[in-house]
Amino acid sequence: MEITSPSFGQRIIQGRWIGKIALVLVSLLTIWWVGNKAAQSPSLFYQQIVNGLQLGFVYALIALGYTMVYGIVKLINFAHGDVFMVGAFVSYYAVSKFSLHVWPSTIFPNISPIISVVLGTITVAILSMVICALLAIVIERIAYKPLRNAPRISALITAIGVSFFLEYFGALDFVFTPNFITYKRPFQISIWYLKDGFHKLESGTAAPDGSIIFSNILIIIILASLLLVLGLNFIVMRTKIGKAMRASSYDKPTARLMGINVDGVISITFAIGAALAGAAGILYATAYPQVFFWMGITPGLKAFIAAVLGGIGSIPGAFVGALIMGQAEVLSAGYISTPMRDAIAFAILILVLLVKPTGLYGEPEREKA
Amino acid sequence: MLLEVKDLNVYYGAIHALQGINFHLNEGEVVTLIGANGAGKSTTLNTISGLLRARSGNIVYKDKDISLTPAEEIVRMGISQSPEGRKIFATLTVMENLEMGGYLKTKEEINSGLMRVFRSFPRLKERQNQLGGTLSGGEQQMLAMGRALMSQPSVLLLDEPSMGLSPILVEEIFNIIQEINSQGTSILLVEQNAQMALSVAHRGYVIETGSITLEGKSSDLLHNPDVIKSYLGGH
Ligand SMILES: Nc1ncnc2c1ncn2[C@@H]1O[C@H](COP(=O)(O)OP(=O)(O)OP(=O)(O)O)[C@@H](O)[C@H]1O
Ligand SMILES: [Mg+2]
Repeated sequence: MEITSPSFGQRIIQGRWIGKIALVLVSLLTIWWVGNKAAQSPSLFYQQIVNGLQLGFVYALIALGYTMVYGIVKLINFAHGDVFMVGAFVSYYAVSKFSLHVWPSTIFPNISPIISVVLGTITVAILSMVICALLAIVIERIAYKPLRNAPRISALITAIGVSFFLEYFGALDFVFTPNFITYKRPFQISIWYLKDGFHKLESGTAAPDGSIIFSNILIIIILASLLLVLGLNFIVMRTKIGKAMRASSYDKPTARLMGINVDGVISITFAIGAALAGAAGILYATAYPQVFFWMGITPGLKAFIAAVLGGIGSIPGAFVGALIMGQAEVLSAGYISTPMRDAIAFAILILVLLVKPTGLYGEPEREKA
Repeated sequence: MLLEVKDLNVYYGAIHALQGINFHLNEGEVVTLIGANGAGKSTTLNTISGLLRARSGNIVYKDKDISLTPAEEIVRMGISQSPEGRKIFATLTVMENLEMGGYLKTKEEINSGLMRVFRSFPRLKERQNQLGGTLSGGEQQMLAMGRALMSQPSVLLLDEPSMGLSPILVEEIFNIIQEINSQGTSILLVEQNAQMALSVAHRGYVIETGSITLEGKSSDLLHNPDVIKSYLGGH
């Protein structure tokens, strides 16, 4: 049978095109608006880009967990943002209560302080990641696994329930308390500015006009995120377990026919995603040094939008989507108004869902035969 | 007896798909299960592989009851399946698909498995870096069989390997089935192409709406009037 393609006029009426035209208009307007502002004050613009990178890389770590879990069990794990919160709290306790970040110099008093802080901070990060991974494995076993064959909406509602549970369990006085808590960084922040070369900003002084300020935290966030993302990519593309993850996400019964323990693979996927969220938790709290029981909600939602924007299920998509979200948030906060940034994030979500529901890198959903 | 199915009953909800079937496979044999659409052939293979659970009855393999054994353990014990419709992992390369077939094997076993598979299916070697989803139907069938061989099974379950293939390719696939068998793998072959299946199998069973209605040596079944009428397109 011949399938005639609809005429141009019909396509416009059919809707997608209206969305696409709207998107092009919105994009042009945005570029014009941002370009205008950038021309007025280039250094402010570059400053925003730098701040957006810091945020975007943290979002990327969270978004990867959403996308990996979705890829394998088709579940939007709304508790993921709260796992991120737990990661931040674990590092808070490790640093503030147990001084884990300086363990090398406690044990070996002669060790150089820099090596001590580096090793100590890595230890704290690993602890957060491991605890988040274990937490996610437990959550998956208790809350999601029994619903594996239930309608998707049941698992989704359960995920929202788990999210509330983690938040309000965390809010208990003997857990994380309902308070905003100042976060003690495992290492000293040092601030630099770029104007006619790099200069260290001494505390108590202001950077000169027209300079771009950044901190060692930005560098650490970018390096740590890149390292983790490359590591993840290696695991997924090159290792046996990564291949089993891809096979299982494509077709679970057939994966079992290969001898793959699919339940185990799902656990590992949750664990890896949660470990990345744990790393994001410590990085985020280091950059914005405050922890509280619902701190995971907003970054979690932003990262979720990033994953949808990139095409949920796609790892490169989550990464690119998160970088875009970071920029969108910072530019709207900087050039429009701070309260608008969340509205704009959701406006992006709505536009993506209208115009390309499968996101930048997404493939149309494959129907099971 | 290498594999024996005893009084197996399998349900999909209220649907009684297998109604007490019995059959067996001896070491070194090719046994075929023929039957019309919906007779219960794939259900039988998937129950043996552990993807489905029988409500009653036993599956005995090498003197052990495996009717409650998890699917991955069954592969480890030496039963692997090339499923109906090939079920290639489209987003994995040919090589990765084969590696998944050898998931429970060591690196050395995977390498020797690859050599064996590439000897039977030279085409796969040429295409090893191509995505599984981009192979032609015939190549996908070869990949599905090669993948199932990677676990070096004692029993190979083949579900409709000739489905959708051109006559020349069907011929080739059946030659390979015989070759695999002659190297010592016992084969349970599910087919709608009864003519071909009976020509390579030692024995056969006819399954109709969940029950075995006929069994015997292939040569006898080929001349059985009921089989000729229903499955060989005879008059
Ligand atoms: N997932 C399922 N849910 C419900 N009923 C099923 C399911 N799978 C198979 N059945 C039913 O069980 C019976 C046997 O199906 P099965 O797939 O084993 O047949 P088959 O002999 O392999 O057929 P074909 O030659 O078409 O592949 C059929 O009536 C089918 O409708
Ligand atoms: Mg079938």
